[in-house]
Amino acid sequence: MAEKKKASTKKTEAKKQEVKHEAPVKQEAPVKMEAKTQAPAKVPVTTGPKVKPRIGVFICHCGTNIAGSIDIKAVEAYAKTLPYVVHADNYQYICSTPGQKKITDAIKEQKLTGTVVAACSPRLHEPTFRTATKEGGLNPFRFEMANIREQNAWVHMHDKEAATEKAKDAVRIAVAKASLLQDLTPKTVSVEKAAMVVGAGIAGMQAALDLAAAGIKTYLIEKSPSIGGRMSQLDKTFPTLDCSQCILTPKMVDVGRSPNIELMTYCDVESVEGFIGNFDVTIRKKARGVLSMPEAEAKGIVGGGCNGCGDCEPVCPVIKPNPFEMGMKPRKAIYIYHPQVVPLLYTIDWDSCVKCGLCVTACGEKKAIDLEQKDEFVKVKVGTAILATGFDLFPIEKKTEWGYKTYENVVTSLEFERLICASGPTSGHLIRPSDGETPKRVAFVLCAGSRDNAGIGKPYCSRFCCMYSLKHAHQIYEKIPGVASYLFYMDIRSFGKMYEEFYYRIQDEGAKFIRGRVANILEDPATKNLHVYADDTLLNRPVDMEVDLVVLAAAVQPGWDTDRTRKLFGVSCSSDGWLLEAHPKLNPCGTTTAGVFIAGVCQGPKDIPDTVSSAEGAASAASIPIHKGEVELEPYFAMCIEEKCAGCGMCVNLCPYSALALVEKDGRKVMEVTEAKCKGCGTCGGFCPGGAIWMNHFATPQIVAQIDAFFLGGER
Amino acid sequence: MADETWKPKILGILCNWCSYAGADLAGGGRIQYPPDVRIVRVMCSGRIDALFVLKCFADGADGVLVSGCHFGDCHYLEGNFKGAKRMFMVKRLMKSIGLDDRRFRMTFVSASEGAKWGKVITDVVTTINELGPSPIKEFNK
Ligand SMILES: Cc1cc2nc3c(=O)[nH]c(=O)nc-3n(C[C@H](O)[C@H](O)[C@H](O)COP(=O)(O)OP(=O)(O)OC[C@H]3O[C@@H](n4cnc5c(N)ncnc54)[C@H](O)[C@@H]3O)c2cc1C
Ligand code: SF4
Ligand code: SF4
Ligand code: FES
Repeated sequence: MAEKKKASTKKTEAKKQEVKHEAPVKQEAPVKMEAKTQAPAKVPVTTGPKVKPRIGVFICHCGTNIAGSIDIKAVEAYAKTLPYVVHADNYQYICSTPGQKKITDAIKEQKLTGTVVAACSPRLHEPTFRTATKEGGLNPFRFEMANIREQNAWVHMHDKEAATEKAKDAVRIAVAKASLLQDLTPKTVSVEKAAMVVGAGIAGMQAALDLAAAGIKTYLIEKSPSIGGRMSQLDKTFPTLDCSQCILTPKMVDVGRSPNIELMTYCDVESVEGFIGNFDVTIRKKARGVLSMPEAEAKGIVGGGCNGCGDCEPVCPVIKPNPFEMGMKPRKAIYIYHPQVVPLLYTIDWDSCVKCGLCVTACGEKKAIDLEQKDEFVKVKVGTAILATGFDLFPIEKKTEWGYKTYENVVTSLEFERLICASGPTSGHLIRPSDGETPKRVAFVLCAGSRDNAGIGKPYCSRFCCMYSLKHAHQIYEKIPGVASYLFYMDIRSFGKMYEEFYYRIQDEGAKFIRGRVANILEDPATKNLHVYADDTLLNRPVDMEVDLVVLAAAVQPGWDTDRTRKLFGVSCSSDGWLLEAHPKLNPCGTTTAGVFIAGVCQGPKDIPDTVSSAEGAASAASIPIHKGEVELEPYFAMCIEEKCAGCGMCVNLCPYSALALVEKDGRKVMEVTEAKCKGCGTCGGFCPGGAIWMNHFATPQIVAQIDAFFLGGER
Repeated sequence: MADETWKPKILGILCNWCSYAGADLAGGGRIQYPPDVRIVRVMCSGRIDALFVLKCFADGADGVLVSGCHFGDCHYLEGNFKGAKRMFMVKRLMKSIGLDDRRFRMTFVSASEGAKWGKVITDVVTTINELGPSPIKEFNK
């Protein structure tokens, strides 16, 4: 019975092989051939339908990673029994140079038509072995991988027998596909010599400056009216204690000045189309209500436009809290965040503007204010993009036990930064919000909402709060003689360069450290002082500490618009919303979408040094395709087998990229693929009722052969 | 009753970008789960033809698992929506021919959900073990 089945499958396989050759002939024309480099004489095997597949199987030990849980010899012996397998071998590390040589040699000696490597995940080493296959003289797409590490040896570590059986099955399934694989040529597309950076915090600014310095036209898109991000709200920065604005402002000015940077503030990314090399991005220019000088000139207002004089501000009758100052300072309906904004341009808050027109009068001849301005849309084309959308504070009022927004004298760390900053609402005099008095006892609650596995907080460490809380303690010692500071901590994470030294310095300055999570905080209604309750886990006794001010080192979370933006660019996120890198160690700036990179805290909490490093990394990675000028796209696109196409047009609406259309050919309607638009998802091929869509590398006969091979495992 | 040596035959068809990556992550994390599921990788769960799943069952599979990205997270925008629609149709079809539709699972596992992948597999294998061999095997004999 099983025998019969095997035989019949072989027959169908042979039949399918003929079918598959209808397609590739067509494929060649529109593709820029890279095969030039491959001297045809070197290709030992023709791809004609008459050739019986000759498959070589290579099984990797990966040291003991795989060999520890799988009987390699048994898998090799089994592989040799499989149809079309003419060669099987094993090696300690197939990805090593001698390991890859085994593949190239075998292709030549055994006249292989396809290769199978049973090793780690194709998501890791498929490119490696494709290259080896190519070096052996075969088309690189005649390679298939069996994942026996990530999805076998590592997850069945204590069941060698079952793992070995599973590995045999995986090899059999891979061989079935390999024997039906065909030559494919990657599409080569040119790369637009421009890049986009989304978010202009320190990460986005640094990335844009680097790209611009490398000669690349860079669109820097920032949703708020000014660049600078969170760093512009900070007073000083650990561990060097340089003033944040002092080191940031020159960079902001550089960004504003760079001829290669097209700064687009108060803008949102609206839509993204295309792929690496050619992203068509639509930007929404939100109506600012104020024209810049170039905008005014374009409208024929000679010498007009906003010059930042601020004449409008005093006359505006509307008063609102300034979010840059964490709401602790007022602003008008026409505003700038702070004096150093880049660009120096006023913005109207439409939610509060009463359209009285007083500002228009005050602005006078400059005619910069347009109360009827509407959003505009701008289209730009870029080759690569970097997301640097930063972070927000976790809404710490959700942890009601600490009383933020209930007790006046409980503030967040960002509010503290503004209160201690000379340009802040109190000109740098730290005060208690309830009475304006200078606090003499200050408690800092670390891990506020971080490392919280049980509650509604975040499970991760926010990474910079330990360090900035040490900095905050230092800042109050510097400014308030006789002050006492208490840091409630879980453990102090001072991992960076000169960080541990900074920690000891703050200890020496007199900060008191109490190891224990703060259970709750209660206010004394008469004095508005606060009682901080915790368990001191070192002394093993409960603590009730009365203080004048509490600073919550609130956890951070991805910026509120990050989720929408990442989806536009097809970037994944981890379960807590931080953007997901292509590989945490080996490709930390890349994403699974080719040509899209990530920088800064949007990927996960990072302090400024790490943020800047990641931004420079992302900028370098994003500049590579641009400098190369062209990229190869995997040739996984769809093709129409016209004889089979009934012209029903069902696929046309299924395609997420509008790559399909019905066209007249020889008096009947057939589907046609626009290759440049197709991304190869296969949604059309998964539906076509007539099987008329050929998905390169994931063709129906290939998948069916895999399913057949899955069954040939016998009844067990 | 099924004989003692019976082991379930389950095929998992996974999209490359989320579920396959999630399964890789489970490996990196050494999350242990039952070894009964075999894997076929496609680029997107939208690629999965209803006929692939039905073929599996017709040929005697005890269970089939299709896994893709969460809605809104598909690498190809909405391939998984379109694929999922088909998969719900498969479920209805199974019911109409009297095949327990618990033998077929569609799940959504992201590239960062290694632990979830372990749970999904454990859950699928447990379910199939409870259901026993597919009745279709009898017909095929
Ligand atoms: C209280 C506090 C104190 C700190 N102190 C220090 C310190 O002393 N030393 C130190 O090294 N680090 C410190 N940090 C950390 C530091 O703030 C960060 O490392 C740094 O700001 C990260 O920069 P970023 O560019 O990644 O993100 P951000 O600064 O958050 O910038 C992101 C930018 O992107 C914009 N944006 C967001 N979404 C979009 C979108 N969808 N479209 C367009 N634009 C968008 C935002 O408006 C913002 O301008 C502190 C952090 C806090 C909270
Ligand atoms: S950096 Fe320190 S305070 Fe912040 S979450 Fe991590 S351990 Fe807690
Ligand atoms: S494979 Fe089909 S559905 Fe997917 S992008 Fe290409 S044409 Fe569109
Ligand atoms: S890529 Fe995962 S479901 Fe589409």
